[in-house]
Amino acid sequence: MKEKNKGGKIPNKVWLLISFAVAMVLWYLLSLNPKTARSFPNIVVTLQSAKTMIERGVFWKDIQSSLISVSAGFVLGFILSLPTAILMAWYRPVRNIIEPWIQFVRNIPPLAYVPLIVISAGVGRKPQIIVITIATFLIMTITIYQGVINIDETLIKAARVLGATDKDIFLKVIAPATLPFIMTAVRLGASVALTTLIAAESTGASAGLGMRIRSLNNSFESEPMLLYIIIIGIIGITVEKVIKFLERKLTGWQEKREI
Amino acid sequence: MAGEKRNIKLRIDNVKKIYNSRNGEMIALNGVNLDIHENEFICVVGPSGCGKSTLLNIIAGLLEPSSGSVYCDGKEVKGTGTERGVVFQQYALFPWMTVKKNVLFGLNLQGIKGEEAEKRAMKYIKMVQLEDFVDHYPKELSGGMKQRVAIARAYAVNPSVLLMDEPFGALDAQTRTQLQTELLETWEKEQKTCFFITHDVDEAIILAQKVIIMSARPGRIKEIVDIDIPYPRTQETKMDPKFLELKNHIWGQVYQEYLEVRK
Repeated sequence: MKEKNKGGKIPNKVWLLISFAVAMVLWYLLSLNPKTARSFPNIVVTLQSAKTMIERGVFWKDIQSSLISVSAGFVLGFILSLPTAILMAWYRPVRNIIEPWIQFVRNIPPLAYVPLIVISAGVGRKPQIIVITIATFLIMTITIYQGVINIDETLIKAARVLGATDKDIFLKVIAPATLPFIMTAVRLGASVALTTLIAAESTGASAGLGMRIRSLNNSFESEPMLLYIIIIGIIGITVEKVIKFLERKLTGWQEKREI
Repeated sequence: MAGEKRNIKLRIDNVKKIYNSRNGEMIALNGVNLDIHENEFICVVGPSGCGKSTLLNIIAGLLEPSSGSVYCDGKEVKGTGTERGVVFQQYALFPWMTVKKNVLFGLNLQGIKGEEAEKRAMKYIKMVQLEDFVDHYPKELSGGMKQRVAIARAYAVNPSVLLMDEPFGALDAQTRTQLQTELLETWEKEQKTCFFITHDVDEAIILAQKVIIMSARPGRIKEIVDIDIPYPRTQETKMDPKFLELKNHIWGQVYQEYLEVRK
């Protein structure tokens, strides 16, 4: 799609500042209206609530705990999804047995099955990681699998007529051809890991951004609640930027970029 | 060149290919027999779905015939082999490799590495006039340039047979003419047996010593036309009365088959 060139002289960084300013003004207006002020407290007061949370000794612990659960769940999900996706692409029976269930479970909100996991896994770190692992595994398996089955078959033919063995084809053709889809899967998986956080930390966690938001809700402290929500957003966008940077470095050779 | 005694390079012996589809059996090739001599340039024309590509894939060893055999240098073809290079219509370049790495790919697989591989790769990159683009990725090249890389990649492993599946079909008319000329020049320099599939009757006559006309499904050889126009052939050749006469004849035959398909 061609962008319309209105305001084309303004550099992107300045646009970012403008966008930020607009959001701040909107937030400020919402904080003036008594009806919305309870959800959107004053900006300064919201930011100051960080101090309160630090003084309570939970701020850094919450961030740390959430990052540990998210990273552990994500890494486990990735380690499981890569071979599953390849096996699904390779062997019809594996695909036919697994794929319908992946599609089935993928559409169930994780919050719904959290209690079942807690019953078996107990409370604490373990169920959190399990919930995030399940969610990231599902999305990454589907994405990588789609990538492997969509590899251009003429590339494999071209390698074969140049003397490639099955091993060469796997390592030198299929692996690099799948890399863009793996990177996409990583990006989607990271995003799912964060969006699953609240559900994961409803498993009787003792710390964590998601758990804290729920507990602050019980004490009607909307300032730190909003702050915590913003922190989750900041973590999300930072992770996405880092992965996009890696994508450009590793798969910049692609003709088109997808998703 | 013509009239010399030459060895038979490829023998296609009663090749049949039947595909099993949901609607039952589909006979793609119904007993094809053909001898191709060493260093001969053969073009195959025929309507879509006449089994041209199937035949090429069988010669390449990418497909197995349902019955019959293909022999290359007297040995039965079982699977692919580096003595039979292939150039595909869709270029099939590895998009994550630069031009040079694409050309090196086959050489490295054959255990040719380092300076020797580099030298050979550069020789063929120069042959297709892409020495200024060695470190470019395929996405930075035009269609014509991509196909030049694919041709260099096929030549680099030094096959004695070059199988080309409508290699210029996706290119614009000017680029196509240019690549035809280049292909003929290299063929005259580095003799190889060429098996070239095309839709374009002009292209077939300008390139080939023999044009094979295939009949509509199930595919068989309908006629073999000798093109006794001397090389080097240029664009002016297309004005030659002999060229026009051959074109008229071949085009008529192909068109008849095309009407068959439409029925």
